Amino acid sequence: MKAFSTITGIAVPFLEDDVNTDQIAPIPTKRSLKPDYREMFFHRARRLSDDQLDPNQVFNRPQFANPSILVAGRNFGCGSSREGAVWTMQAVGIHVLIARSIADLYRENCLQNGLLPIELPDEAANDIEHRVIATDGKSPFTVNLVTQTISGPGGADIHFEISAADRMRLLEGLDDIGLSLKHADAIAAFEAKMKQTSPWLQRAIRAPGTEPKR
Amino acid sequence: MGTGQSKATMFDRIWDAHYVATRIDGRDLIYIDRHVLHDLHAPHAFEKLAAAARAVRRPDLTFSMQDHTVATKPGRDETTNPDGAHFQRAMREGSHRNKIRLFDLDDPEQGISHVVAPELGLVLPGSMHAVPDSHACTVGGLGAIGLGCGTSELEHILATQTIALRRPKTMRIWLNGHLRPGVGAKDVSLKIIAALGTAVGRGYAIEFAGPIAKALCVEARLTLCNMTIEMGARSGFIAPDEKVLAYLKGRPYMPRDGEWEAACQQWLALASDEDAIFDKEHQIDCGDLAPQITWGTDQSQTIAIDEHLPNLPQDADARMKMERAYAYMGLEPGTPVKGVKVDRVFIGSCTNARLSDLRIAAQIVKGRQIHESVTAMVVPGSTSVKRAAEQEGLDRIFKDAGFFWGESGCSMCAGGNGDRGRPQERVISTTNRNFEGRQGKGVRTHLTGPELAAACALAGHIADPRDYMERM
Repeated sequence: MKAFSTITGIAVPFLEDDVNTDQIAPIPTKRSLKPDYREMFFHRARRLSDDQLDPNQVFNRPQFANPSILVAGRNFGCGSSREGAVWTMQAVGIHVLIARSIADLYRENCLQNGLLPIELPDEAANDIEHRVIATDGKSPFTVNLVTQTISGPGGADIHFEISAADRMRLLEGLDDIGLSLKHADAIAAFEAKMKQTSPWLQRAIRAPGTEPKR
Repeated sequence: MGTGQSKATMFDRIWDAHYVATRIDGRDLIYIDRHVLHDLHAPHAFEKLAAAARAVRRPDLTFSMQDHTVATKPGRDETTNPDGAHFQRAMREGSHRNKIRLFDLDDPEQGISHVVAPELGLVLPGSMHAVPDSHACTVGGLGAIGLGCGTSELEHILATQTIALRRPKTMRIWLNGHLRPGVGAKDVSLKIIAALGTAVGRGYAIEFAGPIAKALCVEARLTLCNMTIEMGARSGFIAPDEKVLAYLKGRPYMPRDGEWEAACQQWLALASDEDAIFDKEHQIDCGDLAPQITWGTDQSQTIAIDEHLPNLPQDADARMKMERAYAYMGLEPGTPVKGVKVDRVFIGSCTNARLSDLRIAAQIVKGRQIHESVTAMVVPGSTSVKRAAEQEGLDRIFKDAGFFWGESGCSMCAGGNGDRGRPQERVISTTNRNFEGRQGKGVRTHLTGPELAAACALAGHIADPRDYMERM
């Protein structure tokens, strides 16, 4: 995973609450094993009922053609566990999500892919929303994970909280599986112990004679 | 497996029993006892794993299901839904290469993973059960912790048989009262979301408890726990009891050879201590609950069948959200929900397509015809459910009434197999998500239980199932 430290770029506001993964990355756009994740991005929300791109939709407006930061409302990313809903954000260049709150699975998928998920309390959220709307894509904002600040036009730097563990993981771009495999001995020891205490959990074998007729 | 200490919640016990180590980044490695994959997301993880030259650590504890992209048309094969063929082939190849047991399209036990895993006994109470699908939480009905996960997490579990998590907080939702006829677990779940919202469970694992959780049959518990993710929580569960043991006994993958008794003893000891402290508790009274149905575009927009659609609120943000939902759904505030014309009915999905769901819908349908303006389909949750239903003659009841009777799969729940509605169609669906566009562009989805869905198919409009039950 690529290490994250600081991003400077255009911030786009999409302030609805409860934006779900069916909006961010609709399943019908995942027709192949390697879909076009740029095309997938808010595929329906960006279109009118006749399937033409809606020029007034925020993601279609020229000043937001290459966004780096998405500013969202409450419970962003609720719904399914599909990771494509993060990959599609990265495909259009978004590397920071700033929201009032983020759904658990979505937040996890962001961290897995080095997309910085920031949750802000109401006062700070009001401030950044106001400033991002007022700036309207004319000037960039900067998100610095080292100093844990958001800066940009229209006001003072905004401090954000993130757990030390998640911060380290993003800053160092840690290989998640590699990190866990450092504990391979502990995993093996766990399995040996479980074989003693609850052997059925370590064995998924079908009882003879239970195969259905074909 | 119990810690023997008092004040432990069931979640604490299961978490502690699966704790392996704490990583340098502060996350706990939690052991996964059973990992069930599906065709929409596993192919990508197989590819990444191969690229990194990593092996599947425990193929013997991993199972593959074809469910998301499979066609439901009788006589189907992988070409019936051409868009799904690549996924199913990649799933077959990846499972074969990694020596994972695959329940393929023609397997007599194929079906939706969350339906198949319980019925085969792949889920064990007190186990950690992962699926790369948010409805993994379904298996909480058997007293397991289901963890929906993304593709990276799926790859991580394949390589390590663990998941790296921060411990969630614990919540208990106490369900009071007892359910009246015509009201089931789906109604309870929608009522919870209407009362507490779609994000109440964010950061929590939810234990459902109280007289209603106890009274629900095992299949209904699976329905209730299935909807936990729609409350914002990754996992939801009910303490296993004698009903769960009776349900599991004799299922193919259950412990035996003298281990059954020991396993049962451990499972019954999982329940939260009486003085256990939860980070959050809620009480929901379901005593006078009527059948529930969603009217809007998230699951909190739910009302009882005998209510009128809610008036617009004063608060500007809330008003805008509601106006948008009304516009999308083609409905007017203040009008009765009963009587709204229906185009399509779908009875299926990991939420409501087990045998008990089909039986209750068939009771309402029996001897009647669906309304001429309605297209209706039943897609059993698994091929085993389908076979059992056919042995009871339920397929004849549905087909004689005019329903399509399909092969098992996720079907219209997410439309990943091409089963979708048409723009502006009003669909009454026993699934779990009424999001805009979920069941097809412009499709207006109303979520409800199988009783109410069956009644709508007959009436041609949104109808109260109890009106059809009096004659039974």
